[in-house]
Amino acid sequence: MSLTNVFDIAGSGMNAQSIRLNTTASNIANAESASSSVEETYRARKPWFAVMQKEFMAVNKDGEFQQLSGQTGVGVEVKGIVEKDAPLKPRFQPDHPMANEDGYVYYPNVNIVEEMTDMMSSSRSYQTNVEVLKTAKQMLQRTLTLGQ
Amino acid sequence: MASINFDNALGLHASALQLRAARAEILANNLANADTPGFKSRDINFREVLAGEVEARQSVAVERTHTGHLAGRSQAEQQLLYRNPSQPSIDGNTVDSQIEKAQFAKNSMDYNTTFEFLSSKFKGLRNAVRGE
Repeated sequence: MSLTNVFDIAGSGMNAQSIRLNTTASNIANAESASSSVEETYRARKPWFAVMQKEFMAVNKDGEFQQLSGQTGVGVEVKGIVEKDAPLKPRFQPDHPMANEDGYVYYPNVNIVEEMTDMMSSSRSYQTNVEVLKTAKQMLQRTLTLGQ
Repeated sequence: MASINFDNALGLHASALQLRAARAEILANNLANADTPGFKSRDINFREVLAGEVEARQSVAVERTHTGHLAGRSQAEQQLLYRNPSQPSIDGNTVDSQIEKAQFAKNSMDYNTTFEFLSSKFKGLRNAVRGE
């Protein structure tokens, strides 16, 4: 039944967008987390989205099982969280308690403007998936009344 | 004497309803992947696929006599096309949210319409059986 797949697809979309919103929240919260060395400094985190493929097993001509993937995707999956490569922001603040011997403090490579647009985009996409879910639910409920 | 046959009585509305549901899945997948880099938006040509579906019902279907046999792919999956993007984004994604949302809404309205047709077919059959 195709309509029940819509629940899985929209659910995967909502899950992915909530993970994206989570990383955004973490990035904004840590935007000013200072550190005294490059290694210890927080780096902006981004989710890595990919199309989830429908996979099924088939027997090839040698009689072995083989994994095949279908044409249609079945939602979106988060392959992982990656840290941004952009350079950190060193600031000369000798009075800062975290300052190193040269008087520098390292700030994360979080771009607040980028994070805000990401936040708006992910919340809109989340809403879209909720609407899709709602519509699919109505369609399915309607189908249950067939012949009444 | 003509016998009552569900397939004949319901006409293409049953296939159309299944196809609408399949298309809802395709469009939902497009919307779920609206932020996936490199994802290409997909859709079907409803008229052609429905015509193929009706034709397939009239021809001989492939029977699966062994569990290892592959099920024939549905018409919808065979004729999956790529949408021509009007505003492709820089990361290779061709999902246009507004278009997909509009298509999804239209598809669900069409689903309801087809459902009404199918429902009235059943009502008609029931009236015929009861003879009221």
